[in-house]
Amino acid sequence: MSRKTKTIKKTLSYFFISLATLIFVAPVAYLFIGSLKPNDEVLAGLAGFIPEHLSFKNYGKVFKTFDSEATGYFWNFYLTSIFVSSVVVIGGLIVNSMIAYALARLRWHGRNLVLGLVVLLVILPFEAIAVPLFDLLTDYRNTYFVQYIPFVASAFSVFLFYTFFIGLPSEIQESARLDGAGPFRVFLQIVIPMSKPVFASVTILTFLAAWNSFLFPLMMVDSGDVRPLPLAMSVFYQQQQKEWGTIFAFGVLLVLPVMIVFLAFQRFFIQSVASSAVKG
Amino acid sequence: MTAVAAKAPKPRKRRKLGYDNIAGILLSLPALLLLILFVVIPFVTAFYLSLFNVRMGSSHAPVFLGFEQYRRILFDPETSGTFYHSLLNNFVFALIVVPLQTGLAIALAIMLNQKLKGIAFFRTFFFLPVVFPMSLVVVIWTLFFSRDDFGMFNSILSAVSGGAIGPIDWIGEPAIALTSIAIMSIWAGVGFQMVIVLAGLQEIPTELYEAASIDKAGKWLQFVHITLPSLRNTLVFVVMVTTIFSLRLFDQVYLLTSGGPLDSTSTVMFQAVTLAFQEGNVGASSAMTVVFVLIIICLTLVQRLLLRQEKEIK
Repeated sequence: MSRKTKTIKKTLSYFFISLATLIFVAPVAYLFIGSLKPNDEVLAGLAGFIPEHLSFKNYGKVFKTFDSEATGYFWNFYLTSIFVSSVVVIGGLIVNSMIAYALARLRWHGRNLVLGLVVLLVILPFEAIAVPLFDLLTDYRNTYFVQYIPFVASAFSVFLFYTFFIGLPSEIQESARLDGAGPFRVFLQIVIPMSKPVFASVTILTFLAAWNSFLFPLMMVDSGDVRPLPLAMSVFYQQQQKEWGTIFAFGVLLVLPVMIVFLAFQRFFIQSVASSAVKG
Repeated sequence: MTAVAAKAPKPRKRRKLGYDNIAGILLSLPALLLLILFVVIPFVTAFYLSLFNVRMGSSHAPVFLGFEQYRRILFDPETSGTFYHSLLNNFVFALIVVPLQTGLAIALAIMLNQKLKGIAFFRTFFFLPVVFPMSLVVVIWTLFFSRDDFGMFNSILSAVSGGAIGPIDWIGEPAIALTSIAIMSIWAGVGFQMVIVLAGLQEIPTELYEAASIDKAGKWLQFVHITLPSLRNTLVFVVMVTTIFSLRLFDQVYLLTSGGPLDSTSTVMFQAVTLAFQEGNVGASSAMTVVFVLIIICLTLVQRLLLRQEKEIK
């Protein structure tokens, strides 16, 4: 291929990639531009993309709207989401990696039974237990506890840890055992330091699921004090006189922190998603 | 894999096994207890509740009905209509989303797998919607679907056709509402699939393509005879996950259309939740949940079968 055709091909590639990207990010651009526009200029067809009459007024309005006991405080939605997601992620990393190590590397009574149970539970979607869970936990409605406790242990996370631990070379672990190190020490000092990639993956996948959780909070929470962000967004949207600028400002405030975290750690995000497709 | 793992740590002394036994049980206990309490018991409860006439907030003692709820859902012509209608919606949704989303994911992955400067920068944008909560996605897309002239799609249609095509009610028209939800879901989810396919593409040895080029096989032949077969397992996985996700469809329906218009976007999960929370009929809702899980289990078994076949061929 001559240099000239190569350059043309490259330019064409860039052109199509840019075009596809533009179409794909249009809704995101629309959200950010709309959040800065007056309420009646957002729902305006293609003109919604034109950045004019921009101001941060809508953001002020969001904070002003959520500034009382009755509506809930805006920062409180944040705290709820951050707290609940953190407990799910950190608690999940601890208990799920522990059981996965026991399943992958230790011999104990009932091991095969538990492994079978985990494999079975991986395919059970949360929706299947949502209604009875509501029934069982109805006394704990409107608490933080009810929002994180069902999600800490996760068969899927156990499975991800398990497949990773099985793939680790066992020589170092075995020689440490022969030197008299107990299973807890081997786990803490040998297995965990070797397993950073899987811990990163599980952290990101669990965080995304917990942060975006909707169905369960919808069932369990109707008070403003413990309402997580995505639910607050939907409640605000449904109560509102469709002040689109203000709703969009709420949306930006909801998604911006996650977007920043994502952009900073995108390599890890993309690797963890790729690794979630574990070999059947 | 399991059998190998069980044999892996060969205990030299009996005492060592005793220690491992205690350690194994202790390490498993927290997660195991939580899984039993919050997954196993609720599921067993779902089955148990499905055998009774349980009503939310009712003071009457539940009446044992046996499999009556299942009969009503599956066989009673008067009451089974909604269930089958919703299940059909799930499958239609899957029929739209699975091929479109998988095809788009493959196309995007191939496009973004080119060796070009700054390609990682572009990948970022396609993954971005994955971090958007569905409640926010729905708000943005409500304005895209808006039925007046100011809706984004209507505005584009009118600009393209010079005003010849009038405004369409994207989510209010029973015939297209489900397709609209599907398009929105594809936008929100395709980045996830794209990343998985991209990882699969990068595992294909480049020698295969080089050999094909020497044999003068064109790009399309290379795609059909090298790329697709090499991606087989990845694609089985992607298709299964997308299918199961289509059956679980709830958030979008609840937020965008509430099952309407005329039940045209109602899904099995939406029905189950509505039955429990709007009609207070926990028994019927639980029965529907159990049926739903059985369908998912069947689909998963099909997936296992497909993957096993592949191993045998190899």
